[in-house]
Amino acid sequence: MMKDITLGQYFPGDTVIHRLDPRTKILVMIAYIAITFCVQNFWGYIVLAAFIVISITLSEIPPVFVIKGLKPIMVFIIITGLFNLFLTGGEVVWQAGVFKITKEGIRFAAFMVLRLTFLILGTSLLTLTTSPISLTDGMYRLLKPFSRIGLPAHELSMMMSIALRFIPTLMEETDKIMKAQAARGADFENGSLVQRAKAMIPILVPLFISAFRRADELATAMECRCYNGGNGRTSLHELKLEHRDALAGVCMVLILAAVIFLNIAVK
Amino acid sequence: MDTIIKAENLKFEYRNDETDEVTEVLKGVSIDIKRGEFVAVLGHNGSGKSTFAKHLNAILTPTAGRVSVCGIDTADENKLFEIRRRVGMVFQNPDNQMVANIVEDDVAFAPENLGMPREEIRRRVDNALAAVNMSAFSKHAPHMLSGGQKQRIAIAGVLAMEPEIIVLDEPTAMLDPAGRREVISTVRRLNRELKMTAVLITHYMDEAVSADRVIVMDSGRIVMDGVPSQIFPQVERMHSLGLDTPQATELAYLLKKSGFNIDGTVLTVDDCISEISELWRNKVGADD
Ligand SMILES: Nc1ncnc2c1ncn2[C@@H]1O[C@H](COP(=O)(O)OP(=O)(O)OP(=O)(O)O)[C@@H](O)[C@H]1O
Ligand SMILES: [Mg+2]
Repeated sequence: MMKDITLGQYFPGDTVIHRLDPRTKILVMIAYIAITFCVQNFWGYIVLAAFIVISITLSEIPPVFVIKGLKPIMVFIIITGLFNLFLTGGEVVWQAGVFKITKEGIRFAAFMVLRLTFLILGTSLLTLTTSPISLTDGMYRLLKPFSRIGLPAHELSMMMSIALRFIPTLMEETDKIMKAQAARGADFENGSLVQRAKAMIPILVPLFISAFRRADELATAMECRCYNGGNGRTSLHELKLEHRDALAGVCMVLILAAVIFLNIAVK
Repeated sequence: MDTIIKAENLKFEYRNDETDEVTEVLKGVSIDIKRGEFVAVLGHNGSGKSTFAKHLNAILTPTAGRVSVCGIDTADENKLFEIRRRVGMVFQNPDNQMVANIVEDDVAFAPENLGMPREEIRRRVDNALAAVNMSAFSKHAPHMLSGGQKQRIAIAGVLAMEPEIIVLDEPTAMLDPAGRREVISTVRRLNRELKMTAVLITHYMDEAVSADRVIVMDSGRIVMDGVPSQIFPQVERMHSLGLDTPQATELAYLLKKSGFNIDGTVLTVDDCISEISELWRNKVGADD
């Protein structure tokens, strides 16, 4: 059951989108997020929608997968939408007791919902098309220049890749401990919230102890393999920018230009 | 053959920071290990085997005495990585020695740390995976592999340093019999074909039988040192040190003790069978 939880749900493939340099994808994503916040009218969202639809098509990922990314955050989107709908002042179009809906409210709520939806769609497309390893790699390369001013770029990426490495191991272990405790009569499904939380303690304690032991052994093993922090370290993987990366950049600039133009042109 | 590992009166103690109590774990270990030798280290729990192993690549340094590896003193801090790249160390739990979640990235870890150029890392990763017969798994995730396969990846991870010595601290303790065979035959092949010096710490006597030399440790000292056929037939001595002997040797010992005229130095099941059939034939011959 614990094994079902996957991190960043990577959907392997070999399409243009998959093959883009992770640095490009991260930067495009940052630009995309900025653009979603720039958009001031519905035409802008049509541009973004076109971008998303084309990207999903190119990535050959079944659209349901991308849309599934919205599920966990749906409640949040709806609540945000409702708040904006009812709590924005202005020209009243509908009223029932204390509840009133204004023209501005409708507009605000729609924008908010669209903005969040596009944010989630974009980021899940990123994690679906980029393996956690290359995401880490890309992040490291992007942050590396900042290590001069004290940003621990190597440490951050090392921490992230070790975390990724140990998530399945610890999941498996949690599963084993839960089964062992259940065999001794522990009950994780029934009872009040407090009772269930209490039932978790006998799982967490051995899990933590084992995690510390693992960390200790891993540190020794890393030292044995000449680990000495990030200094002078090289990498097996080569990140190379290709034509397609330039193309992705140009697309982003065009989208930004289009959105700004639409903001000015359509009032 | 020249000496590759030399320990001279090596002593090591742990100091408990709270009580200031000092435990002496190694109490004067002296040993010469020759280039290309396959040495098995035995000893009951807590006899100091792991502590000794950690002195071979400067994870620990002696409190007193000296250890030198390939002519380099392990206490020389400037030569730390010179030593570690020459001595590959493999531990018991394969899960806790892997850093990356793709096999080839994990094997690349050491050469990356050593700052090697990309082509050289590639070459070493491919060679190391081929040496442990795991080339087909280079893109796999380690947690999907069997125990024996994981441990072979851990071996490949140290082979990527192209070490002269490989030290294995109970590498088979967590494996099933099939996994144990995979790992031990890999180590043996590295020793025979690549002439790598191997130090194998183990609790399994049948793994020690095929070594060139067996060392037995007891409370921080080396108490026995010799070829397997000298060490194992001393069944009573081994028992008094809290150790078993290979089942074949044990059986021969018991038969001998019960008055049968059998060679007590047999180590393998095959030898034991031929000895017993010989005994049987003689007995049948005598009865006729
Ligand atoms: N970090 C430590 N602090 C204090 N004492 C330690 C430490 N590590 C090991 N010891 C002690 O040193 C002794 C030898 O330990 P070591 O791990 O070398 O034994 P071993 O022969 O490898 O045993 P095993 O067969 O159980 O692996 C033990 O008595 C142990 O309690
Ligand atoms: Mg040990």
